Amino acid sequence: MSSDILASTVAVREASMKRIEAVDVSAWYRKHKAIEGVTITLEPKHVTALIGPSGCGKSTFLRTLNRMHEVVPGARATGQVTLDGEDIYASAVDPVAVRRAIGMVFQRPNPFPSMSIGDNVAAGIKLNGRHDKAAMKDIVERSLKLAGLWDEVSDRLDRPGGSLSGGQQQRLCIARAIAVEPAVLLMDEPCSALDPMSTLRIEDLISELKDRYTIVIVTHNMQQAARVSETTAFFNLDAAGEPGRMVEVGPTTKIFTKPDDERTEAYITGRFG
Amino acid sequence: MSLVEELPAPELPASPLSSKRGRLRRSQSIGAAAIGVAIAAVAFVLTPLQGRADLVLVAWLFGTAAYLVAAGRVEGRRSLVDRLAGVFMVTAVAVCLIALGSVLIYTIVRGAKALRPDFFTHSMKGVGPRDTSGGAYHAIIGTLEEVLLASVISVPAGLLVAIYLTEYGTGVLARAISTMVDVMVGIPSVIAGLFIYAFWVLALHQGFSGFAAALALSILMLPIVVRSAEEMIKLVPSSLREASYALGIARWRTLLRVVLPTASAGITTGVMLAVARVTGETAPLLLTSFGFDSTRTNPFSGPEESLPLFVFRQASSAFDTAIDRAWAAALTLIVVVVLLTVAARLLTIRNQLKP
Repeated sequence: MSSDILASTVAVREASMKRIEAVDVSAWYRKHKAIEGVTITLEPKHVTALIGPSGCGKSTFLRTLNRMHEVVPGARATGQVTLDGEDIYASAVDPVAVRRAIGMVFQRPNPFPSMSIGDNVAAGIKLNGRHDKAAMKDIVERSLKLAGLWDEVSDRLDRPGGSLSGGQQQRLCIARAIAVEPAVLLMDEPCSALDPMSTLRIEDLISELKDRYTIVIVTHNMQQAARVSETTAFFNLDAAGEPGRMVEVGPTTKIFTKPDDERTEAYITGRFG
Repeated sequence: MSLVEELPAPELPASPLSSKRGRLRRSQSIGAAAIGVAIAAVAFVLTPLQGRADLVLVAWLFGTAAYLVAAGRVEGRRSLVDRLAGVFMVTAVAVCLIALGSVLIYTIVRGAKALRPDFFTHSMKGVGPRDTSGGAYHAIIGTLEEVLLASVISVPAGLLVAIYLTEYGTGVLARAISTMVDVMVGIPSVIAGLFIYAFWVLALHQGFSGFAAALALSILMLPIVVRSAEEMIKLVPSSLREASYALGIARWRTLLRVVLPTASAGITTGVMLAVARVTGETAPLLLTSFGFDSTRTNPFSGPEESLPLFVFRQASSAFDTAIDRAWAAALTLIVVVVLLTVAARLLTIRNQLKP
């Protein structure tokens, strides 16, 4: 599988070869334990889908992968997460640098209202201190093209991001995230606030982007997981108030056809969740 | 003959949507109100009742009563309550507008009569109270100096306090600061003036000056700036902060480049409210910049005039010429505040993106 990817014609950047390994990750919100003992390896140039019922901690786990979890007051995490062998929770590591390497797209499109479309895409670079104007234009154009939004907005880059439709705004947020050239792209239910057409658009985009990025997507929509991912991890919680655990991880086709765990099968077949 | 024709036409029940009661026509409501007003007028002619204000009040009461009785009889109780609430709202709005409008109109009429072109170019240097010459040039300069200095002191300080309270402050210190700000909002302006008088003017031997006035004004501005900026920063959705953090943007840059620009329009409004509030302050200035008859370009030494002080000093004179100057200065003060507000508004609009 990995040799197939290496052989692909798309230019492979060094950065995009990074693998995330999470070992025994647990996370808390104050005293509430949200996830317990999650161990998973996220392969490079691969789409991994995290599925499971509400409150099972899939979004929380996603946020521990780029240290966004600790932004919430009272939140903390234990365990080990390594990006290409480097521990992102090591005391010498700056969480800001981690987030630059591991980008994120949120459930609701959240373009910066004080910035134009172009500035939104360039925000990650500009606000990190780089100010090369000509290069910036290229980066904006390339990112928007990658996000499949260029044709729709190329003539109005100076208009506010809020003037776009919901689906366009989400693609703008994806363009903004890939403009800083992260190695990994985390997507937290990126389509749950979008209509079916926009969802289709984003799913096509994910398929295109996986040649360049390690992608982890949290979704409520099992069909979506089946459509876009190679690997699927099923999260579950035993009862309300209990921490969520990862039940099973494997190739998407296997998880959706003959899962090892009966809870997975029950969820997949729609018996709960 | 078909079966259908033999069937009796079904009696349709009254639709629940259409009320059996009629509607009060506009002409009827006006007529009812007019009858009420007429009764009040007749009462004032025939009985010992008198007084213009009393007439207005009684006419309003009678007119409203007649209108509501008509509405109640024609449309029922629910409509009566609805119209009663409507009458109260319209009356409240009218009272506010009349109060505001009469202050504005009276000041404009009296002020415009007394305004001469040289009012803006001359000070009161060597002008006697009975002279028709003399102007508020020195007072305008003084007001601008003092308000500018006060803003330079209190806006950055207030913004920093607001940022601390919203973004960084937790625990006892933040709560203590927050409480202090609440207390400061309620400080009477003369107390702020007294404090600067006792501390800066007397204890530190600095004497009266425009700067001392600016210090007193900034005490009054600070809590307003803090409170409004705090509210506006709190309104910025946390999803924007998260989006910024997720791009690997440091916290302080997120604050400066994402949070504050998003809140800028609201913060400007708050600052302008604070400026408008202190521009008209008189009491603290009496104790800090004292008042002066000629132009003072250096606000850091010696007593200084400003528009509210000018109004106060001229209005306490016995001569009509001085009273006229007070009205002219009052009008100027209103215009200065309006101009400052409009300028700030235009600046924020220019900095915002066109939708």
